[in-house]
This record gives sequence, structure tokens and C-alpha cells, in this order.
Amino acid sequence: MKIGYFTERPYRWLPEEEVLKNHSFFAVSNRFFDAEKAADDYNYYIDENCYAEELGFDLVALNEHHGNPFCMGSVMNVEAAVLASRTKRVKIVLIGNPLPVIKHPLRMTEELAEIDLISRGRLVTGWVRGAGSEQFFNNANPAYNREMFNEAHDFIVQAWTRPGPWRYEGKHFHYRHVNPWALPYQKPHPPMWIPGVISPETVKWCAEHRYPYIGLGTLLGPTCDLWDFYADEAARHGYQAGPENFGYLIPTVVAQTQEKADDIANNFVFGGGQNAFSRPEFTMPPGYNSKSAIRMLAKQPTGSWLGVSGEKLAQHLESGEPEQVDYDDVRRKLIAGLEKVKRNYQVIAGTPESVLAKVKTILRILRPGVFIMFSVQGPVSNEERRESMRLFAEGVMPGLRQYAREIDLADAFERTPGSVDLRNDTRERVVDRSPLQELGLR
Amino acid sequence: MTNWSEETIKVAETELALIKGGAGKPLLIFHDELGYPGWMAWNGALAETRTLLIPLQPGFGKTTRVEWIRTYRDLAGFYSQMVREMRLEPIDVIGFSAGGFIAAEMAAADPKIFSHMVLVAPMGIKPNEGEILDFFALTIRHHLRATVAEPDKTPEFDQIYGGEMTPAQFEAFEDARAETARIGWEPFMHNPSLPYLLRGLTTPTLLIWGTRDSVVPRGCIDEYRRVIPGAQVVELAGVGHRPEIEDALSFERAVEKFLMA
Repeated sequence: MKIGYFTERPYRWLPEEEVLKNHSFFAVSNRFFDAEKAADDYNYYIDENCYAEELGFDLVALNEHHGNPFCMGSVMNVEAAVLASRTKRVKIVLIGNPLPVIKHPLRMTEELAEIDLISRGRLVTGWVRGAGSEQFFNNANPAYNREMFNEAHDFIVQAWTRPGPWRYEGKHFHYRHVNPWALPYQKPHPPMWIPGVISPETVKWCAEHRYPYIGLGTLLGPTCDLWDFYADEAARHGYQAGPENFGYLIPTVVAQTQEKADDIANNFVFGGGQNAFSRPEFTMPPGYNSKSAIRMLAKQPTGSWLGVSGEKLAQHLESGEPEQVDYDDVRRKLIAGLEKVKRNYQVIAGTPESVLAKVKTILRILRPGVFIMFSVQGPVSNEERRESMRLFAEGVMPGLRQYAREIDLADAFERTPGSVDLRNDTRERVVDRSPLQELGLR
Repeated sequence: MTNWSEETIKVAETELALIKGGAGKPLLIFHDELGYPGWMAWNGALAETRTLLIPLQPGFGKTTRVEWIRTYRDLAGFYSQMVREMRLEPIDVIGFSAGGFIAAEMAAADPKIFSHMVLVAPMGIKPNEGEILDFFALTIRHHLRATVAEPDKTPEFDQIYGGEMTPAQFEAFEDARAETARIGWEPFMHNPSLPYLLRGLTTPTLLIWGTRDSVVPRGCIDEYRRVIPGAQVVELAGVGHRPEIEDALSFERAVEKFLMA
């Protein structure tokens, strides 16, 4: 199993009340942006990812969002390029480039090839559709999001594998001269991992392409459902899915005491946390979600990622006029709500011992080949962030590695995803739901 | 109430759902970007002397999506084929909001297709002042509310949206929003070349606009009138984006007077 480090690189200098007033991080005015502080933060986060390498993490993961202080990675490939040069060993995992939002797959092939070349083959490139708000920010037609995603992906694979020059006339993209000089270091191209939240279409697509699927903090029960669905689809394509096909990323804080860990973890709901990524009208632009995804959202009563949740769907239907808000009360409720989220194992906070036990439980249930620690959000100091990373690396990571060996969690580098044939035409199980009942989760 | 029925006709190689009601000379009606809202009092009034033909836009649920339609101009071309195949031209037309955009595109491409053209709060041309409301950046509930000036004083608005929404209604609205985004996302609900192609149009044209329309600004009406100099304008005071249900009597009078002229 590979163990990774991830942070959203939050802008840490935003008055919380501005986010609460706006009901989301997206669309908070950039008049609150301070270039000096942001310069410090960008440099700090680069250093932090280098520190992850020093601590022994196998990979660092980056993501990208637009117009949003929740995540400063507006152009993730720039950060990846810096890390390609600054680091020596870690895999650089992009989860992922929002293809329909960037709308230029040929340029994407060049940017990523350069990163892969500078890092001498340490790039893992992932693709996403881009959050709902990104469709607005980039004026990307949400009704064509999935089509553009598929076409851009297929084009990129072709551009990396078919010698040029050639001409491309697609539906959404058109190129007269496809012949990128810089091709990836890895052959035929860097591995592709696909992060996701709830969309069964994405899971199906991953299984078809034999790409590992990285669950982004989704509830354990629905994650089991999705991974079973992946494994069913994999079986239809003639292979047995296994840990090499799955990764899981979860908010994690480690501190010397439980009290300190809880205190820091409260920052996961700073400004409303992931639920406040963007308001409902920006989260679900027209045509962006398939009907089946909307129906699935409606069934998922709690849990969210980047504002995508059943609750948000309800708000989309019912949100009325803005009401008078007591922000202190909102903060109290957010922190009270976090307790439930912790009980659901959607945020892991504690001492190295307690975190190890909880993550082992997650590994037992989901059997992922990749586990990624998602570092804390909000205005947490550099020292506290690094302490949490260090305690994870020293007090949690060794135990996780040992446990992963015991339960045979092969990762995507040890075993090629999609390389295990089905035995006797029936698929083996990919998750273990038995602890869910013990934990009262399903 | 006049009888009406829903039927499916095969036009432009597509199974098109069509609402048909009334008796008399045909009158083509293009619904707005949220879909056909149902048979209202104004439909009944006009249907006493006219046969109303209301095609349900492809991709809005009842009629399946037509893959090649990627712009309002494409959609206008589709409906022009329909008019030709049904041998309806020249025909009178009323287009509401984005439906006005469709009618204007059809007239620009074929100035003889319509005998009279009524555009009610039409989109399609970038306003010279103000902006068309970015309804894609609103929840469906807020969008619906924005279409009338005073929901409480507009009884028929309850038939469109009564404050509650069944999953089926929600899906229908989402279908409409998705298809509207597909063809109208960028440039947003207008076509920069449309005003140039409309120049000199001699089709008798009536522009109807409510003074409290918060979806389509007066600047759109001014631009239409600028490029179609003969166009008449009827402004309805205190009315929002749905004059046909917010002030049905004034709407009916204006339309009947214009169509009879």
C-alpha cells in the first residue's frame, strides 16, 4: 500500500465571518486577498510537500480549484512542476486536472509531459470534471461537461501514444497539428488515477479503463457500494478488481493528545468546511449532474464533498430568502456537527494510537491500495500542521504499512490495475462490510 | 375551456411532442427556457379563434434531445424544417423569452416564414443596456420566482410553481435547464450576429414587455426595435417576465389586435 499526503492549500487569512455571510467559500470577494500572505502560503505549501517526502510519505497529491480560498491550487500544474524539481522520490499525484474546465487538452499533454520529464517519471496524472462552481468560473458549459471530459481524455491518450503530426477534428476540440514534442518520460504515459465523490458514471468509466478510483472522503457505507459497483463493472470487463484499483483520502489530524487533535480538527469546519465549498446554485449547474447522480444524492442523507450532498440537493429545491444569522450560533452548530462526522469516520482526529486504530478499521473495510492523509483546513499554524504530519509519519504510518502487508493491500505500482483475471467467472469481494455494523454505520 | 390535446408528430426526422388546441387559422407558439407551463387562460382565449400549435422543445423531456442542435440558430433551423414540412408558412408566431429568440432566428434566416411575429420579453440580442438575468446561476426556485413581479397576485403562477416541487417536476425543470445551457450557455442567451441578420425585416412585429421584468431588460426590446424599425412595442405596467399570466387581459387584447391588423 502507498501512503500519501494531501492538502487543499487553504488561504488561511480570510475572516471566517465573510465565508459564513456568503454561505460559501466560492464567490467571497477577492478584495480579501493579500498578496504578501498568499506568497508566504504558496511557498510554505511547497515546503510542506517536500517535508512530506522527508517524513517518508510515498506520494504527495495536488488538486485544483478556481476562484476559491478553500484551495489555492488554481493552476496545480505549476505547483507540480515546482515539486517535480524540488523533490527526488515521492510520486506527484494530480487529483486531478479538470479537463472540461481547462478546455485545452493538447496544451495539457505538453504541461504534464514536462512535469513527468522534470520528475523523471514520478507523475501520476488524474482527471476530474471540475466542481460545479468551476463551470461558472471558467464559463465551461456544464451540459457538455461529461462529453468534454471523455473527449479530452481520449485525445490526450492518443496524443501521447500516436506519433504525429496528425489532424484532429472532434466534437468539442479541433487541432490542425497534433505533434507535441515533449512526450511523457513514462511509457506509454503516466498512470492515471481518478478521484471521485458519488458519480456512478465516473466509477463505471474508471472500471472500463482499469483506472484506480480514489474515494474523496465519502461515507464508508456508500463507498463500499461504489466499490462493489466498480468491481461488478470490472467483472463485466473480465477482470477482478482489488486494492490496486482503489484509493481513499480522508481528513486526518494527529496530535499529542486527543483534546489537542480535536481542537485542531475543528478547523475542518472553518467557514462551514467542505459543505460550504460553494452555494447550491453554483454546486449544481444545469446539465452538470446526470439524473442517476441526482437520484443517488437524494438517497445519501449525510456526508458531502465540496458541497455535493443530499442536503445541498434539498437546498437547491427549497432555498428561500436569506435569513438573519447568528454567526456564533452557526459556528457552535458546525463544531457540534463535526462530532457526528467524526463518529462516521469522515474526519479522523486523535493521538497516533487512536488514529492508527481508526485508519486500520478503514483499511479493513475498504481495502484500498492507497491511503491519503488530508491535512487540516482553516487557519492552523505551520507548526501544528507539521506536527500532525510528523506524528502521522512516526506513529501511524509504520503500523499502517505492517497492517497493509498482513491483509495484502497491493497498490497500483505493485500490481497493475486490471491485471488480475476473474476466477471461475465470479468476482471476489473487494470490501469487508462487517465492521460497519459494529461501528453503527450501516 | 377550449379542448387541447398532446400529440406526437414526425418532423425533421424527429418525434416531436406538440400541444394542439382551438380552432381556426394556425398560430405557432414557442414556449420559454423553462418549458411549456401548461394550458393557461390566455391559451384558451386565443384558441377561440385560432388553432394553437405549441411544439415541446427537443431535450425538454417530452421530446427527446436532438444531438445536432447545439445553438439556438440550429434549433431555429429545426423548427423551420417543421414549418416547411407541415406546409404552414407563412404563419403567425408568438415566442416567449428564449422562444422569442427562436422566432427571431427563424425570421432572420427566412423573412417570409412568419406573417406576424409576437416576441414576448425576447432574448436573443445582447441588450444595449442592462443584462439578461444569469438564471443558470440561480436555484430553480429563485429562477421561477424571478419570472413574475408579484407571485401572490398571479394565481396562474401556482400552476407553474406552487412552492412545492415533486421529484418529477424537478427533473422536468432540470431537463429544461440542461438543454437551455447546452444551446444558450455561451454567448449567454443571445447571438451576436442576430441583430445584423434581422436588419430591414418587414414582417409585422410586436414586442411585449413588462415594466418589472427582472429577467430580460428593456435594453433587449430597444435593440429589437432598432433593427426592426417597424416593430410595435406594448409595455405592460407593473408586470414581470410573464405578461401572459400576470396581466392576461392586456396581453390577449394586444396580441389579438395585432394579429387581426
